[in-house]
Amino acid sequence: MSFPWANHYEPKHPLMQWVDQRLPLPRLVYNAVGAGYPVPRNINYWYNFGVLAGVALMVQIITGIVLAMHFSAHTSTAFDSVEHIMRNVNSGWLIRYMHMNGASFFFIVVYFHIFRGLYYGSYKSPREVVWMLGVVIFLLMMATAFMGYVLPWGQMSFWGAQVITSLFSAIPLVGEAIRTWLVGGFAPDNATLTRFFSLHYLLPFVILGVVILKIWALHIPGSTNPAGVEVQGPQDTLPFHPYFTAKDFFGICIYLLFFAAFVFFMPNAMGHPDNYIPANPLSTPAHIVPEWYFWPFYAILRAFTINFLWIPAKLWGVIAMFASILLLFFLPWLDSSRVKSTAYRPMYKIWFWVLVIDVLILAYCGGAPAEEPYVRISQIAAAYYFAHFLIILPILSFIEKPLPLPNSIAESVFAKAGHKDGAHAPAAAGAAAAPAE
Amino acid sequence: MATHTEAATEGPDAVRRRDFIYVATGAFAGVGAATVAWPFVNQMNPSADVRALATVEVDLSPIQPGQAIKTIWQSKPVFVRNLTAAEQNEARKVPLSELRDPQTLDDRTQADHRNWLVTLGVCTHLGCVPLGAAEGENKGDYGGYFCPCHGSHYDTAGRIRRGPAPTNLVVPDYAFKSPTLIEIG
Repeated sequence: MSFPWANHYEPKHPLMQWVDQRLPLPRLVYNAVGAGYPVPRNINYWYNFGVLAGVALMVQIITGIVLAMHFSAHTSTAFDSVEHIMRNVNSGWLIRYMHMNGASFFFIVVYFHIFRGLYYGSYKSPREVVWMLGVVIFLLMMATAFMGYVLPWGQMSFWGAQVITSLFSAIPLVGEAIRTWLVGGFAPDNATLTRFFSLHYLLPFVILGVVILKIWALHIPGSTNPAGVEVQGPQDTLPFHPYFTAKDFFGICIYLLFFAAFVFFMPNAMGHPDNYIPANPLSTPAHIVPEWYFWPFYAILRAFTINFLWIPAKLWGVIAMFASILLLFFLPWLDSSRVKSTAYRPMYKIWFWVLVIDVLILAYCGGAPAEEPYVRISQIAAAYYFAHFLIILPILSFIEKPLPLPNSIAESVFAKAGHKDGAHAPAAAGAAAAPAE
Repeated sequence: MATHTEAATEGPDAVRRRDFIYVATGAFAGVGAATVAWPFVNQMNPSADVRALATVEVDLSPIQPGQAIKTIWQSKPVFVRNLTAAEQNEARKVPLSELRDPQTLDDRTQADHRNWLVTLGVCTHLGCVPLGAAEGENKGDYGGYFCPCHGSHYDTAGRIRRGPAPTNLVVPDYAFKSPTLIEIG
């Protein structure tokens, strides 16, 4: 793990030496997220979102454990127990709003984190497994968030469960049996609620386990960086602590500012008012929408309106929706350009931003009613989404002429510093860089 | 070391007593594990109380021509609709070639009771409850049912005409116990 020039853990205090020889947990922490882990010195603020995702996960786990103490997983009492948390439980409103908005914030930072990975080529060799574990976490997050949204047993909870579990009935022959098995009846009911509660409690800990695997895999090659060239020597890195713990702490403060703004001043801005109506299996809300973080995928699901070949439209939609995420597992091999950082890929840089806009358009359409022009727009946007990964990226890998890469991280950093500081700086930068060379 | 030379003298393809024991043990453990796993999988299937509510009776006498009611069967909504003569004619006029899921009105109703259209109130797209059964609800562009979730339009025979739903509204198994009483399921 890590680079040969990493700081070594040398406990001074006799007690710490005693512990180190018996249970080297402080050593593990030191080497993983302490001064013993060297990090590329040029990583920018986009690299804060990994740690922020970890913070968001911990907020969800802590608030979730507390909410479970007051929640009642039964269709006759679930809705009321959530209102009980809001009105009667001491600080219950705060903890529930933190959990509700925490889910949205978790997805916000993870979406930033994913697009940062796309921009800086974090999925490329030798980090394919880090990327794929990230996709696994994303899938687990979606399952967890979906089941959590069902628990209050409001209208959107019930009809969301109805729509999402119906996706499985699109599978030929066995689909209906699988759906019945998943919900434990012919429609979502108490059996569905109780099993979702059980799994909603379990899955965050599975996510935590995969996060640990992901950090383990990440720490073999270390992070990517904006220059896109790999670490070559001690001059390219700084210890994680105190340099990046301090930077991450600053990022966390900014994150918590936004989080608190939502929790205290607009806690329901990202929710749907219909979920404050108790579930009614005989009345469909006029406009069923999932939570905003599912909108891009929901738009892809709904983009298929006609049967094509021998496959019905519904199955096409389901296949496309799952494919849009599973596709990401193959990204390290779809993009065979060896240049990691988009800063040195003039053509990919344009297509990257087109993809960002495309996903935003899909998100907008996914939240809109299933009417024209949204259906036609989502069809075009969904087609582009797949074309980006399956056609544009492989072609770009061949035709793009990348810009000249810096020789090293240190060179790119000190060259930049030289530009800023004017005439005198190059000499100083050269002096600073010299001992390392 | 000793085992290695012993095996070599018998030739690489020789079947030893120990090979059989390995396979037998593995097979036994595998079957045992699968046997124990099944209850943990099967516990998620519908429980006995859910399965017990398999059939339901519906009294048709209060439903006037042009009206429909919603009822519940196996925790799913069911629409029972008394079609007017005009609605039946409209459904019969449509050529089968225009339909995504070709079925005639006669395929979807019972002999001598052609005015009674019994369907699940579950959109075949993603399971929403279509509108059109209650008074004043949007019946869609074809006068039957309209699913507000993703815009599927059904005609007066409950057949899919436009939108993402792949098939017609499902006609459940039901039998007339008397001219004004049906049993669904």
